[in-house]
Amino acid sequence: MSIFKKIMTAIRGGASEVGESIVDSNATRIFEQEIRDSENHLTKAKRDLTGVMAQQMSSSREVDRLKREVVEHEGYAVQALEKGDETLALAVAEKISTLENDLASQQQALDSFSGSANRLKELVKKSERQVGEYKRQLSMVKTTESVQKATSAITDNFSSSNSKLLNAKDSLERIKAKQQKFDDQMKAAEVLESENSDNSLAAQLKQAGIGGTDNSANSVLDRLKAKQK
Amino acid sequence: MNIHKIADHLNSLADNSETGMVFDCQPISGEVDVLQITVIDREELPIFVSVTDDQILCITYLWGVEEVKPDCLQDMHVSMLEMNIPMPLSSFSKIGDKYVIFGALSINSSFHDIEHELGVLNSNAMEIIDDMGEYLI
Repeated sequence: MSIFKKIMTAIRGGASEVGESIVDSNATRIFEQEIRDSENHLTKAKRDLTGVMAQQMSSSREVDRLKREVVEHEGYAVQALEKGDETLALAVAEKISTLENDLASQQQALDSFSGSANRLKELVKKSERQVGEYKRQLSMVKTTESVQKATSAITDNFSSSNSKLLNAKDSLERIKAKQQKFDDQMKAAEVLESENSDNSLAAQLKQAGIGGTDNSANSVLDRLKAKQK
Repeated sequence: MNIHKIADHLNSLADNSETGMVFDCQPISGEVDVLQITVIDREELPIFVSVTDDQILCITYLWGVEEVKPDCLQDMHVSMLEMNIPMPLSSFSKIGDKYVIFGALSINSSFHDIEHELGVLNSNAMEIIDDMGEYLI
C-alpha cells in the first residue's frame, strides 16, 4: 500500500487520536536508515561516474592521437614509395599496423568507458528520483504525526488555560467590533484634530486684531482713563 | 528555522511589520513545539505554527463540524475545494473534527516570507468566515 493510502486510511479510521501512530516509529526509523543508505550509494555512484568519465576523456584523447598518427604515417609510407624506397615503406607500414592495433584496442576501451558512464548516469538519475520519493513519503508520515502532536498540545493548552476556541461567527463579530471601535476612534480623533485647527485659526485672527476683543490690562486701563475724563 | 527564531523575529518587529499587523507570540510546549501567534485586535483567530524536518506549517482553526448546518455540509465542501486554488497561499484542511486553513512553507523560507504568510493566512481566515457564514449555524 502506498504511504498516501496508508495515511488516508489511518486518518479516516480515526487514528487522529494521539499515540496512535500512522506508521510505527520503528518503521519510520528503518525508513530513515534506508534513505541514508540510498544517499550513500548515490554518493558512491557519483564518485564512480566521475572516475569513469575521466578515463573516458583520456581514452578519447588517445584515440584521436592514434588516428592522427596513422594518417601521418600513411603519408610517410606514400612518400617512401614515391621515392622507390620499398624497405623504408615496409618499415613505415609495420609502424602503421602497430598503431592500428593500438587504435583498435583503445577504441574498444573508449566504447566500454562510454557504456559504463551512460549506465552510471542512468543509475544516478534513478537513485536520485528514488531518494526524492522516499523523502517525500517520509515527510508525509512525519508531517501527519507532527500535526497530531501539535493539535494535542494546542488542545491541552486551551483546556489548561480554561479558554477555548470561540465559535467562528462570534470570533468574526468580535474582531469586526474591535475594528469598528478602532475606526470610530480614528474618526473621533479626526474631528478633534479639525476642532483644534479651528482654535488655532481663531488664535491667528485674534493676533491679527480681527474678531473677538481681548480684555488685556492696557485696554482696561484705557477704559478707566476714559471714565476719569 | 525553528519556532523560537520565528518568535524572536516577530516580537522584534513590534510596530514595524511590513504587513501592518502586530504579532504576539506565545510558545506552547508539548511533544511538538507549537507557537501560538495572535494578530493584535484579531486575537480570536490565532495562528499555530509548527516546524518539521522540511516545512513550516501555519494553521488557523475555522470552525468545528458541529457549527455547520447539516444540510450545507456538501455545498460547503465543494466551495472549499473550488476556493482552494484562488485563495492566496492558504489551503483548506480538516484536523479531527475541525476545519482549518493552513499554509506550508519551505524550511528555508525567509522571515519576510513567514511574516507575509501569517498576514495573508489571517486575512484569508477573516474573509472565509465572513463569506462562508451562510453554511454555519
